[in-house]
Amino acid sequence: MIDLQGFGPALLSGTWMTVQLSLASVALGLVFGLLGAAGKTSDNAFARLLGGSYTTIVRGVPETLWVLMAYFGTVSAMNFIGGLVGHDDFALSPFAAGVLALALCFGAYATEVFRGALLSIPKGHREAGLAVGLSRPRIFWRIILPQVWRIALPGLGNLYLILLKDTALVSLITLDEIMRKAQIASNATKEPFTFYMSAAFIYLSLTVLVMVALHFMEKRAAQGFARNEL
Amino acid sequence: MNWELFFDKWLPKMLDGAGVTLELLAIAVVAGLILAIPLGIARSSSKPWVRALPYSYIFFFRGTPLLLQLFLVYYGLSQFEAVRQSWAWNYLRDPYWCALITMTMHTAAYIAEILRGAIQAVPTGEVEAARALGMSRSKALLYIILPRAARIALPAYSNEVILMLKASAVVYTVTLFDIMGQTRTIIARTYQAELYFFIAGLFYLAITLVLTQIFRFIEHKLRVDMLQGR
Repeated sequence: MIDLQGFGPALLSGTWMTVQLSLASVALGLVFGLLGAAGKTSDNAFARLLGGSYTTIVRGVPETLWVLMAYFGTVSAMNFIGGLVGHDDFALSPFAAGVLALALCFGAYATEVFRGALLSIPKGHREAGLAVGLSRPRIFWRIILPQVWRIALPGLGNLYLILLKDTALVSLITLDEIMRKAQIASNATKEPFTFYMSAAFIYLSLTVLVMVALHFMEKRAAQGFARNEL
Repeated sequence: MNWELFFDKWLPKMLDGAGVTLELLAIAVVAGLILAIPLGIARSSSKPWVRALPYSYIFFFRGTPLLLQLFLVYYGLSQFEAVRQSWAWNYLRDPYWCALITMTMHTAAYIAEILRGAIQAVPTGEVEAARALGMSRSKALLYIILPRAARIALPAYSNEVILMLKASAVVYTVTLFDIMGQTRTIIARTYQAELYFFIAGLFYLAITLVLTQIFRFIEHKLRVDMLQGR
């Protein structure tokens, strides 16, 4: 067994932080993705332009840059907002900045996944909903979204696995997640290989866990649907 | 904003950084492709013991963050006295070589997986036809399967190059002066975080757009669209 020299609990708390960070990011990112997809499939030319530029710009810039920008680049903007409400010391915490940046990136890719799923739903379903007198929001929640979920889930699952690894970037803005805990431990013990390798195994285990969870979620979402078996 | 200082001092620095980023990227994706070809072929083998090694390689490098792999190579390997005594230490203590090695090994795992998909997507009939004409297995691989797989894999490969461009932004953490590294230095001198993060973003966006056009041109030359079997 590897000797973690008392840093085991620190690595575990880092793991918990990574899990929290990734779940918070994915929750906000799904909202961004749905909004982006709604914009891109909209009849309104301006909404289409907005959705299009969101995906192009966010996907063309490194995640690292978004993370640093969300933390160091928002200082004066937050100060300004803080000044309006009478608190000069407003600033994003590393966690909030990390969630914002990761959600932005997740959302840009999720936009494409949702757009594909939205387009694959027959127009007749929406029309049928209108014909039986459902309101537009209700059609979206009760008819469109459950189907979009089933089609988009495999794509979103892949994006979540990517997001899970991108959480390591938030260590650059000093959030105490796995990566930073491993960094602190290796600085203290002068055994960097041991701790970065342990961190690697934690990421791999998280990946495997998520893959298993996704498998069951996909099965559940696809209940009652025949699948192409090759 | 001092434009004279910007054009005389900071812009050339940013351009230097762009040079470093492009150099790292170009070497990594080419070396990664060379490394990925045997990996991808072995990964699509029908024999489990041939498949196992490339599979675990790909699993490790796709399941952990690039930042972690970079730290593992740059900081981690120095833990071992044997590494520090060997000839390899001349390279492994240099952040440039570490970044190059890590990026190459990282991207090779992704490209190998792309190649596997492409090799498996070559229509069985074509492989059988080659065998029926009396081609040996290696000849069929060299003249029929690989040229065909290359065209199938090209769009995914171009995606991977752009993902690597963005992933390369983490190399500044091992004191390299790529676009991010230069941006961080300039911000430390000017305190204009918003402005220079924005300019860095424009650099990455511009490189992404140029790369997309280059790959579109290559795809056109190789007639990728005609050979997708649709």
